[in-house]
Amino acid sequence: MATRAKLHPTQIAALEKAPTGIKGLDDITEGGLPRARTTIVCGGPGCGKTMLGIEFLVRGAIEFDEPGVLIAFEESSEDIAKNVSSLGFDLKDLVARKKLLLDYVPLDPSEIHETGDYNLEGLFLRLQTAVESVGAKRIVLDTLEALFSTFSNQAILRAEFRRLFTWLNDQGLTSVVTAERGETTLTREGLEEYVSDCLILLDHRMQEQISSRRLRIVKYRGTKHGADEYPFLIDEQGISILPLTSIQLQHKVSSERVSSGVPAMDEMLDGKGYFRGSTILISGTAGSGKTTLSASFAAATCERGERCLYIGMEESGDQLARNMRSVNIDLERWIKKGLLSHEAWRPTQFGLEMHLLRIHKLVDKLKPQSIVIDPITNLIGGPNSREVESMLMRLMDFLKGAHITTMMVSLTEGGQSLETTRIGVSSLADTWVLLRDIELNAERNRCMYILKSRGMAHSNQLREFILTDKGIELVPAYIASAGVLTGSSRVAQEAREKAEALDRELGMRRRQEEMTRKRLVLQAQMEALKAELAAEEQAMEENSREYETRRLQGETVRKKMAKSRRA
Amino acid sequence: MKKTGKLGEVVHLRLYVAGQTPRSLAAISNLKAICDKHFAEKYEVEVIDLLKNPTLAKDHQILAIPTLVRKLPIPVRKIIGDLSDTERVLIGLDIRQPGAKAVQAT
Repeated sequence: MATRAKLHPTQIAALEKAPTGIKGLDDITEGGLPRARTTIVCGGPGCGKTMLGIEFLVRGAIEFDEPGVLIAFEESSEDIAKNVSSLGFDLKDLVARKKLLLDYVPLDPSEIHETGDYNLEGLFLRLQTAVESVGAKRIVLDTLEALFSTFSNQAILRAEFRRLFTWLNDQGLTSVVTAERGETTLTREGLEEYVSDCLILLDHRMQEQISSRRLRIVKYRGTKHGADEYPFLIDEQGISILPLTSIQLQHKVSSERVSSGVPAMDEMLDGKGYFRGSTILISGTAGSGKTTLSASFAAATCERGERCLYIGMEESGDQLARNMRSVNIDLERWIKKGLLSHEAWRPTQFGLEMHLLRIHKLVDKLKPQSIVIDPITNLIGGPNSREVESMLMRLMDFLKGAHITTMMVSLTEGGQSLETTRIGVSSLADTWVLLRDIELNAERNRCMYILKSRGMAHSNQLREFILTDKGIELVPAYIASAGVLTGSSRVAQEAREKAEALDRELGMRRRQEEMTRKRLVLQAQMEALKAELAAEEQAMEENSREYETRRLQGETVRKKMAKSRRA
Repeated sequence: MKKTGKLGEVVHLRLYVAGQTPRSLAAISNLKAICDKHFAEKYEVEVIDLLKNPTLAKDHQILAIPTLVRKLPIPVRKIIGDLSDTERVLIGLDIRQPGAKAVQAT
């Protein structure tokens, strides 16, 4: 530290930030609003500026232990402050504990006549009292421009504003000042002349009857900040800004594999399944089995004891569970165990950013290991397909960074080439499974093949995709001279082959039987000959025995004769 | 300073200042002059120094200094400034001048 050049005090102060606690805002501003400086929040009526100011104060008090003061010049501000209770913030408690002060300053221009020189010291004193009473570190003035309609001496007003902002800074207060959007200037009364530390613009527009809110940091002196327009929404938790992380393609990836839920399919994927944290696209025409495949993936995730978030935009959770039961996929079991969360909403219910923001929030809340979005094609509302693509890319980027295995289902419309997806998402996916119907002999059967799967040796074979009551079966498609046979043609062909095989077998058996018979016959003949031989030999032996006996007899007679001769 | 007013009504005025600034002092002296010269009615004036009692600013939502508030008769009127423009002060206070053309109360 000693070797660093001495920074000018205002430089050091400018880099310090006050965290807002508003979801997404601290990311975009890289820390929060400039501390001890003034931020202007401007926008049209109803765009959420008062809301932002109040949330800044309330979260400052609750989460960062920084008491705050709200000076409301309009009745509507007071109303909004009361409504903040519906967000789950206990304002009464905060006020009682002196963490928050809500000071409503009603202004009525009709009461006031100007007769000479004046200043706004009364306002300053009021602010001082308020700030001192709670030891405030944060203050919101909503809206300063109300003073313009009350006091008509512009010169005095502007001089006083200058003085005010200096005073606020000197008090070390991190201030938020709300202002109306101007036609030619950023704020209607040109307040940005006096306050140049930070200016946030809020926008609320209607796109095809769906409301869409955007936030943009027009300037933020002395720091890096996101310069894009960020979509945000206001819901029962306050303001949430879609944190559009810059797509830097620097994720760490895993080599772990996860099952698809269909063993035969895992076989096709190098024997192991999808890469964990990868993006899988399932596309196909209507009724081709995409939802079933994604449901098996979801069930497989839960079977591993991991959490899955299933976002359905076509079917309700009940309907999905019922339909999957018919193919032996039990989703209800996992829902009961809390491993599977099914969220359903209609795509037409919200604008694109709302969809993505909701998904973000759900992912943050549930922390799933895998997610299914079924289908993504509905997110495309109107002609803003480039915006959709950009949003989806950011979503996929975010999910990849969080190592969440993502499965997206895409509907290709009949008549389109199956290998185009309407919004170019296919190039973003790591694995692309195509489900296709094959028509032959007045019958349609489902087939599937893996168009691509980065990083693994995947099968390029077409498989017939059969939904049975025992689950999904993948059968190698039959390739005959007639082409690929599926369904009943395949069954017929298989039957024919079986018959042929049976025939051959029978033929074999018959020949074998014949052989056996012949052998028996020959053997019998052999036996007969053997017997003859034996008989002959016996006869021979008898003959020789007789001969021997005769010889011996002759000898005996000769001996006897010799004997009688000698005598 | 008290004088009898028209219809027996008393005019209650309150002047808010902040410390002994030149403007505040000017306002006080201007007010005195106006009261002496132009008022036919009975009036009552309080001078409130907000530096000493800042919380009193809330009574009439005082933002500008100096501010002269006509509390009675109702409706409440506020006049801001150092009161150097007598005409405007009188119009603002809607006080009838002795001998002048009657100013219709609105």
